[in-house]
Amino acid sequence: MNARQWARDLAQGVRFAFTGGREGWVRAVLTAVGVGLGVALLLLTTAIPNALAVRHDREMARSDDLVLDTRIPAAADTVVVAHVDTEFGDTTVRGRALEPEGPRAPLPPGVDRFPAVGEMVVSPALKEVLESDSGKLLRERLPDRIVGTIGESGLIGSAELAFYRGGEDLAPYIDDARATRIDEFGFSGSPAEPLDPVLLLLVLVVFVVLLMPVAVFIAAAVRFGGERRDRRLAALRLVGADGRMTRRIAAGEALAGAVLGLVFGAVFFLIGREVAGGVEVFHVSVFPSYLNPSPLLALLVAVAVPAAAVLVTLLALRGVVIEPLGVVRTARPARRRLWWRLLLPLAGLLMLYPMIGKGRGNGDFNQYLVVGGVVLLLVGVTALLPWVVEAVVARLGAGAVSWQLAVRRLQLSSGTAARMVNGIAVAVAGAIALQMLFAGVDDDYTRNTEHDLTRAQMQVDVVRTVPLESAAEKLRRTEGVRAVYAYSEGMAGDRPKEPESSTWVTAGDCAALREVATLPSCRDGDVFAVPGVEYDTETPKLAVPGRTLYLDPSYEGGPERATVAWRVPHGLKQARARTWLTGAERGGFLITPGALPAEAGQALFQEVYVALDPSARDAREHVRNAAAALHPMTNTTTWAATEKSGRFTSIRTGLFAGAVCVLALIGASLLVSQLEQLRERRKLLSSLVAFGTRRRTLSLSVLWQTAVPIALGLLLASAVGLTLGTVLLKMTDTPVRVDWTSVLSMTGIGAAVVLVVTLLSLPPLLRLMRPDGLRTE
Amino acid sequence: MTPPGSLLCAERLHKAYGPTVALDGAGFSIHPGEIVAVMGPSGSGKSTLLHCLAGIVTPDSGTITYDGRELSAMNDAQRSALRRSEFGFVFQFGQLVPELTCVENVALPLRLNGTPRKEAERAALSWLERLEVDDLAKKRPGEVSGGQGQRVAVARALVTRPRVLFADEPTGALDSLNGERVMELLTEAARATSAAVVLVTHEARVAAYSDREIVVRDGRSRDMEHAI
Amino acid sequence: MSIGHTLLGLLESGPRHGYDLKRAFDEKFGHDRPLHYGQVYSTMSRLLKNGLVEVDGIEAGGGPERKRYAITDAGITDVEQWLATPEKPEPYLQSTLYTKVVLALLTRRDAAEILDTQRSEHLRSMRILTDRKRKGDLADQLICDHALFHLEADLRWLELTAARLDKLREAVTR
Repeated sequence: MNARQWARDLAQGVRFAFTGGREGWVRAVLTAVGVGLGVALLLLTTAIPNALAVRHDREMARSDDLVLDTRIPAAADTVVVAHVDTEFGDTTVRGRALEPEGPRAPLPPGVDRFPAVGEMVVSPALKEVLESDSGKLLRERLPDRIVGTIGESGLIGSAELAFYRGGEDLAPYIDDARATRIDEFGFSGSPAEPLDPVLLLLVLVVFVVLLMPVAVFIAAAVRFGGERRDRRLAALRLVGADGRMTRRIAAGEALAGAVLGLVFGAVFFLIGREVAGGVEVFHVSVFPSYLNPSPLLALLVAVAVPAAAVLVTLLALRGVVIEPLGVVRTARPARRRLWWRLLLPLAGLLMLYPMIGKGRGNGDFNQYLVVGGVVLLLVGVTALLPWVVEAVVARLGAGAVSWQLAVRRLQLSSGTAARMVNGIAVAVAGAIALQMLFAGVDDDYTRNTEHDLTRAQMQVDVVRTVPLESAAEKLRRTEGVRAVYAYSEGMAGDRPKEPESSTWVTAGDCAALREVATLPSCRDGDVFAVPGVEYDTETPKLAVPGRTLYLDPSYEGGPERATVAWRVPHGLKQARARTWLTGAERGGFLITPGALPAEAGQALFQEVYVALDPSARDAREHVRNAAAALHPMTNTTTWAATEKSGRFTSIRTGLFAGAVCVLALIGASLLVSQLEQLRERRKLLSSLVAFGTRRRTLSLSVLWQTAVPIALGLLLASAVGLTLGTVLLKMTDTPVRVDWTSVLSMTGIGAAVVLVVTLLSLPPLLRLMRPDGLRTE
Repeated sequence: MTPPGSLLCAERLHKAYGPTVALDGAGFSIHPGEIVAVMGPSGSGKSTLLHCLAGIVTPDSGTITYDGRELSAMNDAQRSALRRSEFGFVFQFGQLVPELTCVENVALPLRLNGTPRKEAERAALSWLERLEVDDLAKKRPGEVSGGQGQRVAVARALVTRPRVLFADEPTGALDSLNGERVMELLTEAARATSAAVVLVTHEARVAAYSDREIVVRDGRSRDMEHAI
Repeated sequence: MSIGHTLLGLLESGPRHGYDLKRAFDEKFGHDRPLHYGQVYSTMSRLLKNGLVEVDGIEAGGGPERKRYAITDAGITDVEQWLATPEKPEPYLQSTLYTKVVLALLTRRDAAEILDTQRSEHLRSMRILTDRKRKGDLADQLICDHALFHLEADLRWLELTAARLDKLREAVTR
């Protein structure tokens, strides 16, 4: 036996793969599509670490981090950078105002010249938003002339919204930690920050969940048309091929599909890479150029996938002896045993168990355990399903004739039936788990339970140069605003510098103060002391009428502040704290405007809390615009995105689409094997029709035959999917909540696939039932 | 034109499959309880004639009358119902459902007619006994020999006590000894239930079990009884 | 096999001399057993006596071999009847059947009809044998089977001939 013989046999098999008539190439193409999807997914997976590394490098390179130990003086090579981030919808827009202080001021990456005041450079994604109809409100807020776009090197994703605009007089904000002076962008030599463990978990699970059904599909695809191939191989044996030769020819057939699949896979990957450039998950997007798989891994994929296809074929042929006059299956397969099948998912759970409860904080998930556990759980589905189908079908009683025909057929070949639905079951199980994880984690990412969202939803930090009263008035008149509560707040200490004891000072009108505490009565000029708040032991000490306190005392190392003296008045009233708009209780002194020294405004921060009209559209955008109109440096915070469901919907849609694609592919293969089976039974079908079987009976029996295993598959898939989802949520320390919508939608698609396959196989079935099949020739 | 006392009668049947003319003016007639062999070379149109007579295939033209009813005037559902209740079928091979046991196979036509399962299987078992294959009741078709399978098929064809039994080359796949035994059992059982038998065969020794024969050649039939 | 009917049949296509008749017979049917002149002479005189043929003319020189015979209407009817009557199914009757088929073709009669009629007759015998077999003991069965297989062989030959009638017509009328 030499290499030439091998090559010749394999080539013979490749030829058979494409010359087997329509079924032949349909099978080859389906196999190739399956292999192709697998290859593309594998390539994308191998590219992800690289993509994340590139993202991190870019992020570091443009860093202008505010927390710097050393302050540097203005020089020819410095630039003052102010953070002017804003939000649009629920997306953060990274904004920086740049004020170069000399000719050698450093430029941020991706920007080739400093924008002048009234100009800005924007990311391509932001430019698109600003130019779109939906971006009109944002354009109001960012009216500067767009003079260029930020290059790829200055962005961390294709969908990132970012801008740099020209600024002036930014230096005073350095003290407020709103701006910073730097002489270069970026940190050199900072260690790569590990990916958010939950995000990493998501990425891992997504790929395992998508890869598994494809793997199952490939395993099934290379066995398509097995009976026809067996007959062909038997014919080859008859004309003198030996057993080894036929095996090699069969391997060649599988190889053909796999190699074609590699080509498909490369194309799918390139398409997927481009598509990935336009996709954003949890505000993470990437540029196609980030997705470069390492050559070694790519080579590994290119070798491993065809090899696996050949291996599966040879394994499938292991229990088969191809004789010249037909195919003999060695011995009737033994009754399926349960214990080792249960072992797989149990082992999977066991691998995931140690990571339960780790959460995001210390969730240093072992990647191998995660992947191993998820894979084992999902593989467990494919191992358990044949047993479940066999066990259940064996116990199914006889019913109507169509039912009896279907059940008996399933009893005789439950393995084939189970193999057909394995892919669907794995896909559904994975998708359910994934959606649960997404839904849970998404809630976690967006829900901010501290704030009392029924009373206020936004916070506007008004800069000192803008009078609070006029700011509050402007915001109150903004479209969609129900109420505003304006406060000046800060600390009051017993000494102007390095105070020994200090407490909060909150100033506002009576209406605003009533949100902070239950007041006995309130008139302008009143001052209240609010003791008894958790962790606040200082207020009673300081609330001594006549005592002089200092508003906003400064600390060693902190910025120098204007300190204002204030005497605790004799008419001090006592009040009881209530939960404030921020969700916490606020103690200290509550001061009405009449009791506040005129110059206190210089010492205190000004904040306006805004309550929105829930029915008003774009209320948040209007508030942000109004805030920006007050002063460009106004910072606006949205406490909770009420549109979060919208965001989850898009992810759910994406997952749904992915699952539909995988299921459609599996459905196509189901249809092919279904038709193949029907054709083999052509004579039988004709004779059944001859003795008066209703077409409805036969059609129903075809439906049951697919529906029963799929129903069992979906049931098992739901159970495993919910288990896996629960475990994953527990791992991320997220409250377990079953997302029934996704369970129903996933099982719904699975059921739809059965229906469609049955419907599509009906016309050929009806055609096959014509009496032509009775002809003996 | 219908001969008096005829149960099933066909006249001037024409049927073409595309350019291939299968029947070109063939006729046929059978009396209750009569066994008529349809002979002729391969491709002469014998099977097409049988399919037309049984209402499986609709002829392009011509009339088929069964028990005073015109077959071509019935719709597919009515003809299916007729086949279920009045006709029985035995084919050369491939007609037993491989997943069902022999007794379930025999019970199938009864169940299609709505007979409860237990009752149907009881009747099926007695027919298996009659054809001397009751020991195969629990076996599947794949586990029995060709001759045994054909006896099961005969039992299935007769279980509804049809008035006409259509047999298309019922011994075609059997050796002479098995074929003979199947023919003996088939004709005996048919006579016992006074079923008429339309027996399509190209074998003279099978045709010898008939009362008379008609010959089909090039889509035309010759009724030998009337010819002499 | 009836030489008389055969010669009559040969005359149907036109009057012939006795010598011609012998030659035509030998060519078409007498492959290994040519006729003697004596057989032709005696047969023709019998046919003449029964009025099935008549003398159409005598060539100079006289003698039976010089006579030209023609078939009479009675003769045609006789051939007709002979062809239409199936032979008693028995072994080794191909030569008769063959002669009948060829003659039918030569005289442009329906040869298929002859074969159908014969099949029917064979089947009648086979039915009787089948019935006897069914009722009889093993010995009866074996004897009947022997006969049945022979009849079946004849029938197969009939079918084969029927399928090749067109070719045969071409060959004999050439």
